Parts: sequence; C-alpha cells; structure tokens
Amino acid sequence: MYDAWVRVGRALRLTLLIALALLFLIPFYLLLRNGLASEQDITSPDWTFFPSTLHWSNIKELFEDSTVPMARSLLNSALIAVLTTAGTLLLASLAGYGLARIPYRYANHVFYAILGTMMVPAAVTFVPSFVLVSSLGWVSTLRGLIVPTLFSAFACFIFRQYFLGFPRELEDAARVDGLGYWRTYWLIVVPNSRPVFAAVGTIVFIGAWNSFLWPLVIGQDRDAWTVQVALASFTTSQVIRLHELFIAAAVSIVPLLVVFLFFQRWIVAGVERSGIDD
Amino acid sequence: MNAGSTRPRERPWRRLAGSQNRTLWFWAFVGPFALGLIVFTYVPLGWSVYLSFFDAHNTVSPTDFVGFDNYTSMLKNDAFTDSLWTFVVFTAFIVPTTYVLSLSLALMVNRMRRAQAFFRSVFFLPAACSYVVAALIWKMSIFNGVRFGLANTVLGWFGADQTAWLSTTDPPWYWLVIVTVRLWLQAGFYMILFLAGLQRISPTLYEAAAVDGARPGWQVLRHITLPQLRATSVAVVLLLVINAFQAFDEFYNLLSDSRGYPPYARPPLVYLYYTALGQGQNLGLGSAGAVLLALIVAVVTIGQARWFGLGRKED
Repeated sequence: MYDAWVRVGRALRLTLLIALALLFLIPFYLLLRNGLASEQDITSPDWTFFPSTLHWSNIKELFEDSTVPMARSLLNSALIAVLTTAGTLLLASLAGYGLARIPYRYANHVFYAILGTMMVPAAVTFVPSFVLVSSLGWVSTLRGLIVPTLFSAFACFIFRQYFLGFPRELEDAARVDGLGYWRTYWLIVVPNSRPVFAAVGTIVFIGAWNSFLWPLVIGQDRDAWTVQVALASFTTSQVIRLHELFIAAAVSIVPLLVVFLFFQRWIVAGVERSGIDD
Repeated sequence: MNAGSTRPRERPWRRLAGSQNRTLWFWAFVGPFALGLIVFTYVPLGWSVYLSFFDAHNTVSPTDFVGFDNYTSMLKNDAFTDSLWTFVVFTAFIVPTTYVLSLSLALMVNRMRRAQAFFRSVFFLPAACSYVVAALIWKMSIFNGVRFGLANTVLGWFGADQTAWLSTTDPPWYWLVIVTVRLWLQAGFYMILFLAGLQRISPTLYEAAAVDGARPGWQVLRHITLPQLRATSVAVVLLLVINAFQAFDEFYNLLSDSRGYPPYARPPLVYLYYTALGQGQNLGLGSAGAVLLALIVAVVTIGQARWFGLGRKED
C-alpha cells in the first residue's frame, strides 16, 4: 500500500516537472517561431502554434536592413563582453590574491573598503557615474562602456575567498624554489585555479552581454549601441517589423546559449559560490 | 568569516622578503583594482553627494548652492514616493513567488534520480536570457494586447474577451506581465542556490528522522529540510530584495514606447533615469534621488541582516 503511494507520488512529480519544463521552454520557442515566420503568420488573428512556412531569409533580411545596426551592435556587444571579462578576471584575481595571501597591516581595512561598495548597488550609482564618464568625454565610446564596469567587488570577494582556501604547500614549495609573489602567482596559483576563473568568467561574460542600463546611458550614438540597446530601441519604436525584431532577439541570445551549454558546470559552480553563506 | 590571513607564521622565505617589500607587493596586486574602485565608485558617489546640494541643470560643475532643497523637493515629490511604493508592491509580489517556485523546483529536481541534469538545465536556461529579450517576448508575443498574443489566443478559446495587458490599470494586469517575466528569468538561478543547500544537508539527519517515525513529506520538510536551508533562504531573500530594488530593464522595455513611459508602475531607477537623464537633465535632483536610494538600500540591507541574525555564529 505504502509502495503504491510512493509510486503515485513519483509519477505526479515527474508529470509536474515535465509540465513546468515545457512552460519554461515556451518563450524560447516563441522567439524562434516568430523569428522564422512571416509577418502575416505572426499577426494573423488565427494564430497557430506552428507557422505555415519557415522563412530562413528573415536572418538575411535582418543583416541587410540598413535602418537597423545589427552587425555593428553585435560586434560592440562581443567586444565589450570579452574585454570586460578579461579585465575583470585580471584585476579582481590579482586583488583577491593580494588580499588573501600577502601580509599587510591594513589588508583588512582595504578589504572592507572594497566589500562596502557591494552595499551600494551599481545601479544606484549610475547617475554620478554618468556624470563622471561624461566629464571624461567618454560618452558613446568603448572605453566609457567598459572601463567603469571592470572593478567588480563581487568578483574580488569570490577570488579572495577562494585563494584563502588555496593549498599553502604549493606556494611554499614555489618559495623554496626562489619564486617571488609575482611568479608564484602566475606559474603556480593561476594554472591551479582554472575552475574559479571559469566560474567567475562565465558569470561576468553573461552579465556584460546582457547588461542594459549602463549601455543605454553611455551608448548614446547608434555606433556605440550594444545589441540589448538596439533591441530595446526597436521594441519601443513606433513602427515595428515583428519578424525582424524576433529574429534579432533570437540571434542575440545565440552566443549566450553556446556559452551556457559549454560552461554550464562552471556557471553552476559560480552561482553556488555567490550564495555567500560561509 | 576569517578576514585576512595576517597570522604570523614562520616560513623559510620570510627572512628573504622584508615587510617593506611585502607592502610594495601588496599594492602591486591590489593597487590597480583599488584605484579603479576609488575612481569609478567612490569619486562618483562623493561627487553626487556634492551635486545633490546644488541646482545642477545640464551641468556637472554647478555654482548655485541650494542646501537641502533638492532633498526636500524629492521627498515631497509624489512621483518619487510613488516609485518607492511601486518598489514595495513589486517586492511583495516577486519575493514570495520566486522563493516558493525556486524552492519547489529545487525540492522536486533534487529527488529525481535520472534526468536531474536535464531538468536543472531547462529551469536554469532562462538565466542566460537578457531582460530585454525576455521583455520583448512577453510584450510582443505572450501578453500582446491584440488577438494574436498567446495569452489572448488561449483565453479566446474559452470565449474570454481580449485584454490589453500592459495598458490596463484597473485591474492592474500589468503586474502580471512584469512579475512573470522576472519569475521566469530568475527562478532557475535561485533553484541552483537551493539545490546547493539541499546537497549540503547530511543524509544522517533524514535517517534519524525516519527512525524517529517522521513521515516523509511535509513533516520532514518542516522539521529537517527547511531549518537546514536557513542560511540559503536568508541569502536568497536578501538577493531577491536587492535585485527587485534595482529593477529597471524589464519595466523600461515592457512599458515605455515611442510616446515615453506611462505614469504608473515606475520603479525608483526608472524614475531616476527620466529625472536625471531625461529632458531636463536635472543632475542635482537626480543625485539627491540617488543618494536617498543608496541610503534606503543600505538601511534595508542592514535591517534585513539584523532581522535574520546574519553574522551571529551560533547556528
């Protein structure tokens, strides 16, 4: 009797999970469906789940449409995401290592000064940051879009916590061999810390690709639009060609889906680390 | 939390590297990051406090000192207090729904023996989507106000009338759209946090509970699982509230159009965006708003941490 209930429970759980999974996938399907449909298939009052024909030419049309800077904005997003990720990893890991491993009388004060900025969410400082960047003359430049976002207290915190737990024996061995801090870091610590670099890197990359408010504020010229800003400007514009909008959105998430599929293990590891509960 | 590792330990290389040298190395590693943080976080913050005491229209080096006028006019401004109220309503919707959904997903996925990785990926996948893209799908496809919107199509099968989801203020259907976007996008992220928490619970606790005669299901959940997840739950709620406070992307993309932003459902950042960077470019007023919001975030965060007893070590 008890066994039967367990089996019923298990079947119910599986059914519920499958139903929820389908629900979670529907938005992705709609993106693809509308992106590959004709305008009539999208706006028809007799809306069908499957479009009558697939229009792969929508992709070509999107990149040939001169009113939409699609290629340029994708390039901008790619440059920003790659450079932001590389810069953040370099700066935050160095700082995290210094804080964790180099004895210095005021190390804790410096650490708390860094940690304190996590209390002030970046989004709240966008007005003063805009003021600063515009007085540097960096509005609508890649510098303005990238440099101010490179100093992530969150990334620094994760690296510091990780390096505190790094096996000291490895570093001590390097010392005995006569390596200083700098070479110990690059030759011993970094090659043995790939997982944390991968975890922080993927999270920073996704964040940079998807970020919207800062690029919206700083990327004012069309030439400096990221793909998110470009999409937003179609969504909020007066005349909307829906099939083009949807295929643009679908194209914009392709790089992320690729990153996501290949790096999911690291993203999960990074998310687990970010649930700061130790 | 073990802050810093300054405990002196005897090491063979200690004698070679003097403390002078170590200070230099410390700053070689930490300096570039610290400098950037000063320039791009502390300086803007200080500058914005300075600007908030001036009448700064379209200028960042104002001369017209106005004292606390920007603050008083901000606090008296209905649009600003409305935006705080919008945040409160939004939080009241999004925090409990995300908490319950992500915890339920984690509990169910955790019990799966096969296909666990598959379900985890599916629920986590929306986290790769930007709010811009998600808002676009919600606005243009699912909750489109005309007949080809998915929600209206499905409701049409049951003979219901079409609803203009985003422009109906009575009842405020737009909340349904706003809340479901974020729920879809972030539930999987918090599910991962809960899964990590669940996997840290020692199996012996469950065995002990079974020996004591606790029935699997509600009793075990109530007396073993939930108390063991306390640390994770606190982190999740803190993150949810902070993230709700920073909501901008989906509001902006769902509600604004070529005519601008409607007068309802303006969260703090949307309000600030239009005040500081809109037509007037009133940077003094915008800065006062930013300072007020930063203070509110700090107070709310510290208050929550106190409330949950974060930092207390006895558990």
